[in-house]
Amino acid sequence: MDRVPVLKLGDILIVSIQIDLQDQSVLALQEDLADRVVATGARGVIIDITAVEIVDSFIGRMLATIAAISRMLDAETVVVGMRPAVAITLVELGLSLGGVRTALNLEKGVALLNHLDGAQIVTAAQ
Amino acid sequence: MGVTLSVHADAGRRRIEELLQENEEPVFKRWLEIAGSSSNGHVDRGSLVGQLRELYQALRQSFGESSDSSDLRGLLAELSRSRARQGFTPTETAIVVFGLKEALYEIVENDGSPEALRGFVWFSRVIDELGLFTMESYAAARERIIIDQAEQLLELSTPVVKLWEGIVAVPLVGTLDSARTQVVMEKLLQTLVDTGSEHAVIDITGVPAVDTQVAQHLLKTVVAARLMGAECVISGIRPQIAHTIVTLGIEFGDIVTKASLADALAHALRQSGIEFVKHRGTRIAVRTVEE
Repeated sequence: MDRVPVLKLGDILIVSIQIDLQDQSVLALQEDLADRVVATGARGVIIDITAVEIVDSFIGRMLATIAAISRMLDAETVVVGMRPAVAITLVELGLSLGGVRTALNLEKGVALLNHLDGAQIVTAAQ
Repeated sequence: MGVTLSVHADAGRRRIEELLQENEEPVFKRWLEIAGSSSNGHVDRGSLVGQLRELYQALRQSFGESSDSSDLRGLLAELSRSRARQGFTPTETAIVVFGLKEALYEIVENDGSPEALRGFVWFSRVIDELGLFTMESYAAARERIIIDQAEQLLELSTPVVKLWEGIVAVPLVGTLDSARTQVVMEKLLQTLVDTGSEHAVIDITGVPAVDTQVAQHLLKTVVAARLMGAECVISGIRPQIAHTIVTLGIEFGDIVTKASLADALAHALRQSGIEFVKHRGTRIAVRTVEE
C-alpha cells in the first residue's frame, strides 16, 4: 500500500497527493495526519491535489473528514490546486466541501494560512 | 410474366441509353438551359457547363456495363454541398437533376417508340432517386453549416477578460443554457488557474431572463470557483431580474451580488486590498495596502 508523505514546513503540514488514492491509503493518511498535527503542534494543514485528476464522493468526503479532524486539533485545513474538471465534478456530485478553505495554488495556500494567523493575533490583541 | 416485363424494361433501358448517346448534344443543351434559367444568373455559366458535362458522363457511365454509380453520387454530393454553402434554395439545387428528365422527354416524344416510353419511366425513377439523394446531401450540408456556426457562436460569446491583476470577468450575453454554462464554467475556471486570479466577476447584464435553471447554473459556477479557492461576484442584476429572482424564491446564499460591473470591480479590489485615492484634479492614483 502506498503511503502519502506528510511534509512539515514551519508550523504548516503539507500533504501532496500524487497517487491514485485507495481506501486504505486514505484511512492511513487520516491517522498519520492526526498524529503529526498533535506531534508538531501545527496550526495549518495544506492538502495539495494538483495531481488529482479524478474524484469521487469518497475523495470529497475524505477532504471534509481531514478538515474536521484538523479543526478538532486547532489547525486550519486548506485544499490547494484543485483542477477545474475536479471542481465541476464535485459540484455536480453536490459536494461543496463546507468548512474547508481552498486556494488556487500552494503559494496562495501558505499566504492564506499566514494571513489567518495574523488576523487571529490582531483579534487577540484587541 | 416477370421475365417478359424485365425483358421489356431492359429493352427500354437500352433504348434510353442509345438516345442519351445519339442525342447527347441537344439533350445537354436543353438541360443546360433549364438548369441555367433556374439559378437566377448567380452561377458562373462556365462552371455550370463543366459540372453538367461531368454529371452527364457519370450518368452514362452508371448506365453502362459496370453500372457503377459511385462517381455520379460523388459529383452530385459535391454539387449539393457547394450550392448549400453558396446559399442556393433547395429548388434551385434539385432542378439541376430534374432538368435532365425534361430535357430527355422531348427527345423521347420525338422518338415515339413504346420502348423509349417504357424506358423513360425507368429513367425518371432513376432521376427521382438521384434527386432525393441531392436533397439529402443538400440538407446534410446545411445541417453541417448550422452546427459549425453554433460552435463558433459558443466560442465567440464567452470571453474571459482580465480587469485587474488577480481579477477576471465574464460578461455573459444572451440566453444561458446547460451547454453554454458548461463552456463558460470551464473557461472561467481554467482562466482562474492560468492567471492565478482569486477574484472573478460574472456579469449578467446581457442575459435577458433569469429563471431557476439559469440561477442554478450560476450558483454551480460560483461554488466550483470557490472549491478552487477563488471568490465570485455576480453583477449586472437589473431591477426586473432582481424581482424575478426574489419572486421565484431563489436563494443566492452568501454569494455576493452587485448591481453593476463597476460595483463588483470595486468590491473585488477592496477584497484584494487595493485602495483608490482621489487626488486633486481628475487623475486617479492607485496604491496597494501592504499587509
